[in-house]
Amino acid sequence: MCGIVGLFAKSPEIEERLGVHLVAMLAQMSDRGPDSAGVAIYRDPVPEGMTKLTLYSPEIGEDWRAVASAIGGEVDSVRASHSVIVVPAEAAEAEGRVRAARSDLRIMSAGSVIEIYKDVGLPEVFAQEFELTDLHGSHALGHTRMATESRVTTEGSHPFSTGLDLCLVHNGSLSNHNTLRRMLRREGIEFQTENDTEVAAGYLEWRLREGATLEQALEGCLDDLDGFYTFAVGTAEGFAVLRDPIACKPAVLAETDDWVAMASEYHAIAVLPGADDARMWEPEPGIVYVWDRAAVA
Amino acid sequence: MTTVVEEEVVDLAVTPLRELNQRLHDVALSGEGLRRWRVVNPKGAHAVACGLDAELEVEIDGHVGYYCAGMNKLATVVVRGNASTGIAENMMSGKVIVEGSVSQSAGATAHGGLLVVHGDAAARCGISMKGVDIVVRGSVGHLSAFMAQTGNLVVCGDAGDALGDSIYEARLYVRGTVAGLGADCIEKEMRDEHVAHVRDLLAAAGIDDVDPTEFRRYGSARKLYNFTIDNAGAY
Repeated sequence: MCGIVGLFAKSPEIEERLGVHLVAMLAQMSDRGPDSAGVAIYRDPVPEGMTKLTLYSPEIGEDWRAVASAIGGEVDSVRASHSVIVVPAEAAEAEGRVRAARSDLRIMSAGSVIEIYKDVGLPEVFAQEFELTDLHGSHALGHTRMATESRVTTEGSHPFSTGLDLCLVHNGSLSNHNTLRRMLRREGIEFQTENDTEVAAGYLEWRLREGATLEQALEGCLDDLDGFYTFAVGTAEGFAVLRDPIACKPAVLAETDDWVAMASEYHAIAVLPGADDARMWEPEPGIVYVWDRAAVA
Repeated sequence: MTTVVEEEVVDLAVTPLRELNQRLHDVALSGEGLRRWRVVNPKGAHAVACGLDAELEVEIDGHVGYYCAGMNKLATVVVRGNASTGIAENMMSGKVIVEGSVSQSAGATAHGGLLVVHGDAAARCGISMKGVDIVVRGSVGHLSAFMAQTGNLVVCGDAGDALGDSIYEARLYVRGTVAGLGADCIEKEMRDEHVAHVRDLLAAAGIDDVDPTEFRRYGSARKLYNFTIDNAGAY
């Protein structure tokens, strides 16, 4: 088991209170995943030529200003063990500077809009420690984890970055992740954990690098991934959902004039304003669904 | 003069779910209490009105979560919304009516009673059904009636892939297209008695605008090893 939630704002009111709604949804999914939790939130784009990094340090009281100055950037915000640092450089350059200056830090996300926060512990506690209710944004994904394939660590929590402004959350388990990881390592994709979802994230990163569209990369999962999954993928513009063809893992989608929401179970959507009257449906197995600005405008 | 039928109203926004279910069970145990119940604000809660064992009428205003009306006996449960996984799973008797759509495994392993879904049912509708009648106004997903043992499944819309895989004696009637039949499931002749059968099932479900002659019948070819021991080696 694991819990997934996703929320896409269609009105300024929802954008303004995105964090509040996201935390309410996440709390409802606590019983599906009490081990750890995480969110990806899309907000405050940085100007072209700049990169927004979310960094994680296992050191309590990390000196983030020192980190920022070592990589030529500025601290945007600090939330618990994570910091968002904006660097006036392209992403590859910015990430390279982090690795050169502080190889002990983990890069949770990179891009122009994405921020990823994740940690072990109960989702409600996580949300409090990271002060997530403060956050506004255009859209967000969240995950509550009940670990099956690898250890309960911050690094093994979801979302996983799959490239610039991209991330993946997963409910399910993959059985061919060791074989796939070996293949992807030969293709130059790096892995930080023994986690199966990180392999799915690496797979998407590889397919996108090789020129696939997000839809094509996700459709490739149907052929190349063996296991159970409901995936939600966050992009700069919105999010995508895919369930494996057997479709044991649940997902429900709902839409009103103010939002589009996705969750493992309806009660996580029921906390949103106007949920009782939302249009609601279950995504069909093996079909890629995408919501973005263009689709809902 | 109008008759006012007395009913208990339980608001799940303030009443714990266990209290609701206990109160419903108490009517069966004591034989006392009102027969009509209305549940408001279910908000996707799991196991609403589970394990009922009395001739109650329970109306639920809103969407419910997993296993609503599971193990139902004698009672009539109406969901004015959608239901998640396992609606009326293991029902023994009575009636469960869903006005919206339902998620996977609707009516799973149910022994008796009637389940009516006015919207669509997702994957594995009627999986391992053991005597229940299921009528779906819309379509059903893949692997519906998987290992269905007995009972009837009526689908007014389409059926997904692998319908009736490894089916035993259950009867399947589908009006629309079938994406694919599962192992050992075949189409069978739709004789007059079967049209009458579908007519009765639709009537029981309160559906009067669907023509029973438009259905096709599917069932077991009885060729799997459990029917034909000579085929055991194939597995």
